[in-house]
Amino acid sequence: MSAPNKSYDPVEVEALKPEEIERMRDEALAAFAAAGSLDALQEAKVAHTGGTSPLALANREIGALPPHAKADAGKRVGQARGAVNKAFAARQAELEAERDARVLIEEDVDVTLPYDRVPAGARHPLTTLSERIEDIFVAMGYEVAEGPEVEAEWFNFDALNIGPDHPARGEHDTFFVAGPEGGTESGTVLRTHTSPVQIRSLLGRDLPVYVICPGRVYRTDELDATHTPVFRQVELLAVDEGLTMADLKGTLDHMVQSLFGEGMKTRLRPNFFPFTEPSAEMDMVCYVCRGESVGNPDRPCRTCSSEGWIELGGCGMVNPRVLTACGVDPEKYSGFAFGFGIERMLMFRHNVDDMRDMVEGDVRFTRPFGMEI
Amino acid sequence: MRVPLSWLREYVDLPVTETGRDVQAKLVSAGLEVETVEHLGADLKGPLAVGRVLTVEELTDFKKPIRFCTVDVGQANGTGEPQEIICGARNFAVGDKVVVALPGAVLPGDFQIAERKTYGRMSRGMICSGDELNMGDDGSGGIIVLPPETEIGKDAVELLELVDEVLDIAVTANRGDCLSIRGVAREAAIAYGLPLRDPALLDVPTPNAFGYPVQVGDPTGCDRFTARTVTGLSPEARSPIWLQRRLQKVGMRPISLAVDVTNYVMMEIGQPLHAYDRHRVQGAIGVRRAEPGEKLTTLDGVTRTLDAEDLVITDERGPIGLAGVMGGAATEIADRQPPAEPAAGTADAGAATTDVVVEAAHFDAVSIARTARRHRLSSEASRRFERGVDPAAAAAAAQRTVDLLVLLAGGTAEAGVTEIVAPSGPRTITVPADHPDRVAGVTYGRETVVRRLQEIGCDVYGQDELIVTVPSWRPDLAEPNDLAEEVIRLEGYENLPSTLPKPPSGRGLTHRQRLHRRVGRALAGAGYVEAPNYPFIAEQVFDQLGLEADDPARRVVRLTNPLNDEEPALRTSLLPGLLGALRRNDGRGSHDLALFETGLVFHPRAEQPTAAALPVDRRPTGEEIAGLDAALPEQPRHVAVVLAGAREQAGWWGRGRPADWADTVETARAVAREAGADLLVRKGQYGPWHPGRCAELAVTVDGAERVVGHAGELHPRVLKALGLPARTCAMELDLDVLEQVGEDTVPAPRISTFPVATQDVALVVDRPVPAAEVEAALREGAGDLLESIRLFDVYVNDDQLGAGRKSLAYALRFRAADRTLTVDEASAARDAAVALAGDRTGAVLRS
Repeated sequence: MSAPNKSYDPVEVEALKPEEIERMRDEALAAFAAAGSLDALQEAKVAHTGGTSPLALANREIGALPPHAKADAGKRVGQARGAVNKAFAARQAELEAERDARVLIEEDVDVTLPYDRVPAGARHPLTTLSERIEDIFVAMGYEVAEGPEVEAEWFNFDALNIGPDHPARGEHDTFFVAGPEGGTESGTVLRTHTSPVQIRSLLGRDLPVYVICPGRVYRTDELDATHTPVFRQVELLAVDEGLTMADLKGTLDHMVQSLFGEGMKTRLRPNFFPFTEPSAEMDMVCYVCRGESVGNPDRPCRTCSSEGWIELGGCGMVNPRVLTACGVDPEKYSGFAFGFGIERMLMFRHNVDDMRDMVEGDVRFTRPFGMEI
Repeated sequence: MRVPLSWLREYVDLPVTETGRDVQAKLVSAGLEVETVEHLGADLKGPLAVGRVLTVEELTDFKKPIRFCTVDVGQANGTGEPQEIICGARNFAVGDKVVVALPGAVLPGDFQIAERKTYGRMSRGMICSGDELNMGDDGSGGIIVLPPETEIGKDAVELLELVDEVLDIAVTANRGDCLSIRGVAREAAIAYGLPLRDPALLDVPTPNAFGYPVQVGDPTGCDRFTARTVTGLSPEARSPIWLQRRLQKVGMRPISLAVDVTNYVMMEIGQPLHAYDRHRVQGAIGVRRAEPGEKLTTLDGVTRTLDAEDLVITDERGPIGLAGVMGGAATEIADRQPPAEPAAGTADAGAATTDVVVEAAHFDAVSIARTARRHRLSSEASRRFERGVDPAAAAAAAQRTVDLLVLLAGGTAEAGVTEIVAPSGPRTITVPADHPDRVAGVTYGRETVVRRLQEIGCDVYGQDELIVTVPSWRPDLAEPNDLAEEVIRLEGYENLPSTLPKPPSGRGLTHRQRLHRRVGRALAGAGYVEAPNYPFIAEQVFDQLGLEADDPARRVVRLTNPLNDEEPALRTSLLPGLLGALRRNDGRGSHDLALFETGLVFHPRAEQPTAAALPVDRRPTGEEIAGLDAALPEQPRHVAVVLAGAREQAGWWGRGRPADWADTVETARAVAREAGADLLVRKGQYGPWHPGRCAELAVTVDGAERVVGHAGELHPRVLKALGLPARTCAMELDLDVLEQVGEDTVPAPRISTFPVATQDVALVVDRPVPAAEVEAALREGAGDLLESIRLFDVYVNDDQLGAGRKSLAYALRFRAADRTLTVDEASAARDAAVALAGDRTGAVLRS
């Protein structure tokens, strides 16, 4: 390729003749019109507008013209290139429209094909339900506390006002842990509730204490449709100045509203637990029938057996003796606590018929629950 | 505690319209857990009449003996003619009074009585047994034979009180008083605002010196002992129907009049009683602790060796009863039948009892609880004493027993009244008048508080500070909160307002808690399904898993009372449970499986002391708490996965891929990534894993490498022993260690915008050389310009590479932070990388 000619040649350059430029333009327009595909058009574009195309080469020759001829030639070449570019854009638009109308349609697939190359995994609903409950309280400022599953009897019983001779101690269906070398006395058990975590929280944290204690607990019940020897609890403990039973009630109401929706409420019934005084059983209004199945045989409710209420668990004001055992002054502080089983809640919240489905690890049971509940 | 509504109404005038369900609702809101209301006789329809057996004809042509009877039912059948009835039972005779179901009657279980032909005769009704009328155990097991004085033709539904409602109450451990009709009646009276007719409000004679001699040697264990004597009991006297029926309804079996009366009074008043055959007791009755090794045969026929803590009732020969738990066989009341084992030394052994000594005593709750537990002997008496019996009712209960024996057995009450009472004052609690208000968060006011406390039987004095004397039947009331509960429950738990406390701002989940959730999500996201398992294992599983004899994982924590004797130990690995879940799923037809579990495993400590019983009247010291924790096994949290079948399924997109060892190693890396831990993966060899396909997983803790788990394909022997699918793979990691070494805060990388220079190298090494070592050498040799390195191919071909060699192809990407690298710079870095790999691993560039 020659460099621009500075010492111009007085002879007119052949390529810049007007008819020659017209010919180049017309060839380009014809090539574009003849291109039957976007690819062919692209090739024609390179041939007719690229760096080595006749028009581009002609453009370079303008510099070699005498000054008086430059303006004319420049104008002619510029007009020709403009017409070529315009024709290209028009043809490109035409071909793209054609492609959109035909080619993409031909490339269609069946989007209903199933794709289970790696089947989805899932977390166990007992895990996710427990976390969901934890999150309700974490949002309120509570912290999640955990503890060991093999636990000292002092934490599991004594500190909770269940002394060695307390009738309730025998009612706990406890798994006892053997001592070293098979001795019977180890002073440890598989925890029968997560309440020992409450004790550990009171001993290990600064007051006030607001904790939620989820975890696995153990009772010597045989596995059947409604019992399992290994189950999960969530317990809550709040110890602060001036806490009342009304606070307990409000906290329970908040929880069932968060889990089951607006308008849900709880009911307390007097009961006895050694670690709380006063103590209560807590029920929540049936979230399915909202109590409307009671005395209404036409609309029986399977979830609450037409009782209108669903039993949740136990609760109460922390027994001052428990506070004393943890070094908390019961004259200054009071507290409330509650606890319930996650299995039971999963059963009535999701209509699980048989406890065994929750413990056998069958993937067909767990998969539909996914990542969150 | 079973409470017949008819019996309850004897002490409280409940509105006649109140049903069992109504009473249940009232008592539940007052705090008694009425679990069920049983409607006796709900499915029963008369006519049921008392009849007298006139004739019995034995029919012998059948496989079993059959009787054809005629029975006089008076005018109950409308004709007055004898009723002809076929009967298969034999425990009655001509002249006996029986219950006849006449045609048209419907017995429980929708059993319709009609005239029908059977055994060749017309049978016009049925002679009933207790079972057929759903009456509960009467001990006979056959036809009901009524007392001879029963009126013929009388309606048996009414006579036998067959229609009633029975409340079944689960009495909590603190409310021993409600293990009696009296206690429940008191609660009902309060709930309905009605007066109580207290059955223990009886005139009792003043104690005197000529009652049966009693010596209480342990006034702490026995603070009250009343003894009364009744003589001249008719050996023929039987418990009347009403008494038997009440016992049946509360769930007891009528036995003999004297025993039935003591049981009846116990149910009525709550005071356990014991009746001794006076002729079989020798000398004074005593109460003391047992001598170690002393023996006693209790009423259940078991000979027990006594403990020095057991409280016993004695006569001059030795123990005759386990106080407050069970009487002894030697002084048992004798019925008409001679006792099975006549007591030696008594003059009239075997004769029916005519004179009894009635004991109404009060024993220490803890002592009774321990004795009952020690001898595994829980009785109606011990259940009550453990939970608290009203000591003030003992004399009245004794009197009630005496009255009934006199009335029903024609006995004579002796004038002697023995009563030994250890001195004790009334129990008082001082409580601010607004204490219930502060517990409840409700302003009840002093007046309400005082009124409610008085309703439950307290005496209340004082203004701002109340001095409350609690009633003798409520030993559970001991502290201010106990009184607060009484006020709040009577004012109605349902009336408590709903307020929310304001906790201080929390810190959210801990690092560890967030990690546990993240790991669960990562694994589920990778296609694993969570399967939490019980931690109970059989130790044979360690053999099945191929653990060496001295493997520390074989040291287990054991339970003394496992549910299943085959599985007495707690897991030291998650694999036994998780592989069990895999097998279960496989057996149920799910063959492409990826399961995970996170949970605690249990390792005994080398030195594991017994956990001490610390006091509860103060905070334990730091040292004491550390002592308890030292008594616990180590309980680290593990994570494990198991895989079998296809990891990727075949489908329209192409072929599938079976799960293999590499999936488990990658999953271990994924878990470590979540923890922010650097995981070292190297060839390992351990227990359950295939020796050629096992990765040992380690991290660096405080400068030292620590093995935290293994991953890979399981050993075929293990698969066979555990019945698992071929090529099952598994991984297990100690999550707690990963959490400790993990970085919580990731430093942000510096991103260079200069162009990348890519260089590929293929290195040939001996096959056993781990790819990780080659890569580490390349990485180190390449220096700071290396941005990333990726192994993209492994190639084995003995012809091309030489036997026992393999080719590893790596893509190296170089980039500088401050300039565009020249080709020479990138090549130099590559050459340095290859050179170091050559030095370290013998790698040569593939030609």
